[in-house]
Amino acid sequence: MAEDVLRVEGVTKSYGLGTPAATEVLHGIDLRLARGEFVALMGPSGSGKSTLLNIIGLLDRPSSGKLFIDGRNTATLDDDALTRLRGHSIGFVFQYHYLIPAFTALENVMMPELLARGRPDAAMRAHALQLLEHVGLAQWRDNLANNLSGGQQQRVAIARALALQPPLVLADEPTGNLDTQSAAAVFALMRRVSAESGTAFLFVTHNLALAQRCDRIVELVDGRIAG
Amino acid sequence: MPFEWIAAIRFLREGRMQSLFIIVAAAIGVAVIVFMSALLTGMQANLFRRVLSSQPHIVLERPKDAARALRPDGNGQAGAAILQTPLQHPNVIDQWQKVRDEMRLRSDIVAVAPTVSGPAFVVRGATSQSVSVTGIDPEQYFRIVPLPEKIVAGTYRMSTTDVLVGQTLASELGVYLGDKLRLQAASGTVILDIAGIVDLGSRGANQRAVYVLLATAQNLLHLTGGVSSINLTVPDPFDAETVARSVAGQTGLEAMSWIAANNQFFLGMNAQKFTSELIRIFVGLSVAAGIASVLVVSVVQRSKEIGILRAMGGSRGQIMRVFLLQGAIVGLLGSLAGSAMATLLVLIWRLAARNPDGTPMFVLQISPSLYLLAALVATLTGLVAAVTPALRAAKMQPVEAIRG
Repeated sequence: MAEDVLRVEGVTKSYGLGTPAATEVLHGIDLRLARGEFVALMGPSGSGKSTLLNIIGLLDRPSSGKLFIDGRNTATLDDDALTRLRGHSIGFVFQYHYLIPAFTALENVMMPELLARGRPDAAMRAHALQLLEHVGLAQWRDNLANNLSGGQQQRVAIARALALQPPLVLADEPTGNLDTQSAAAVFALMRRVSAESGTAFLFVTHNLALAQRCDRIVELVDGRIAG
Repeated sequence: MPFEWIAAIRFLREGRMQSLFIIVAAAIGVAVIVFMSALLTGMQANLFRRVLSSQPHIVLERPKDAARALRPDGNGQAGAAILQTPLQHPNVIDQWQKVRDEMRLRSDIVAVAPTVSGPAFVVRGATSQSVSVTGIDPEQYFRIVPLPEKIVAGTYRMSTTDVLVGQTLASELGVYLGDKLRLQAASGTVILDIAGIVDLGSRGANQRAVYVLLATAQNLLHLTGGVSSINLTVPDPFDAETVARSVAGQTGLEAMSWIAANNQFFLGMNAQKFTSELIRIFVGLSVAAGIASVLVVSVVQRSKEIGILRAMGGSRGQIMRVFLLQGAIVGLLGSLAGSAMATLLVLIWRLAARNPDGTPMFVLQISPSLYLLAALVATLTGLVAAVTPALRAAKMQPVEAIRG
């Protein structure tokens, strides 16, 4: 299935291999995300959600199993190639530490493109401004990241995640730290940009109400996909 | 501007206090080094000027007469058991005109002046004082020792009955311009008029120096037509020793360079140089350690931001360069501020360090090349100091940086 944005096949992850205290935290995960799909990932703390997300986000390597991002097998890639693939194919929205505080909202949105191309130009700026407008924060563009509210920061982070038009965005509890109203607004924004741009979202949440409004719910229990 | 520059400047601006402190520390280090270098250069230039402007670079003299041992002749006759240095003849250089002309032909010698020198007594009333008489040909000698610049009273123009005396000698004898002076040597006595009083820069020289014309000295010391030494000047004073050896080989005369004559002075100056090098190195090291420690802390503080940058596709190289640049920028800014501080110190020094008579003790200047060098070295030091923190930042795994 070439149109799968994400394909996880039999992925396991163990820590402390070769020591008596070796523990496996993921036991053979299979997961697929189609282009434009909006999937909720749920599960109690310690179920391995973060580990799985790090592996899918190419921040960590699986102990065994296969991982395809946008059709590419990641097992054969070296660190530099992984970094490039990560930059171009995966957008991140985190629960904490959303933005780089030394930069303005606009510059934070520009950051993925800036890292990819080395130096800023007018087109990059215009594109970032367009993204900021898209998340309704154009008038805050010159504010340093720390001078924005939590909801605003998360909207900037979503704009940033979309900067290089990745096929997949990983959102690790992006609403976990927000009040109900802001959480609903951020969720609505994600659904909207996903529908508009055809970007697939893997959305980690503890909020069942929000999860139920996704295309599909994947539940992780004790390192296995439940159900 | 490339990403690395933007990020480095933003990070430095964000950590305002940290950046300020470390830049000030670097600035103090640079100021100490620059000021010390200027001070040392000024002091050495001053010492050189003093030493070199009152003596020739090389003095040629006839080799000392040496006693030769009688060798046993093989017939049971004993050789000499005790060697006694023979009585020294007046040290006249053989065929000195020929030597003088040879010296004038050499391209590594810029001035040649034959002189007659010897000991004498100045007698005035019941007191007498030993002096060193130098007979000169003014036109040639002044090109080696610029006596006209050292005249404090009277004139440097002399007739055969005139004499120039050192400042201290004149005051000890209580004589002044126009007074008569009786010079007594082993071979005769002359009475001369004091035409000028000179200050040679050192008390010893001022107490003993007596200059007369060549012919006057030849008469007084009984060396008619001869000279006792030939003075030379070379283009670069530091080549004096090399040239002296070559001249000695060419003429068979004894050639004493000012470097050999002032050995203590040289040793002292080298010790001074060495000490200041040590101080410079240690100040540089402590500045580097300061920059490194601040950057290490900054890497730890920014680990989450580093992780986010890496997650967004930032390469290890990009992250490393951001921190290397921070080190270099701190070094450069430190050197600019430090140079300004050093300039201020020099200005204060110029106001404060004066001789009792109000003239500056010596000229203290910071050359543009010193500023440039300071900026270069400080920037490099910052860069090198940043290597460890930058490597540490580049090695961070994004997942570890973001976690927690």
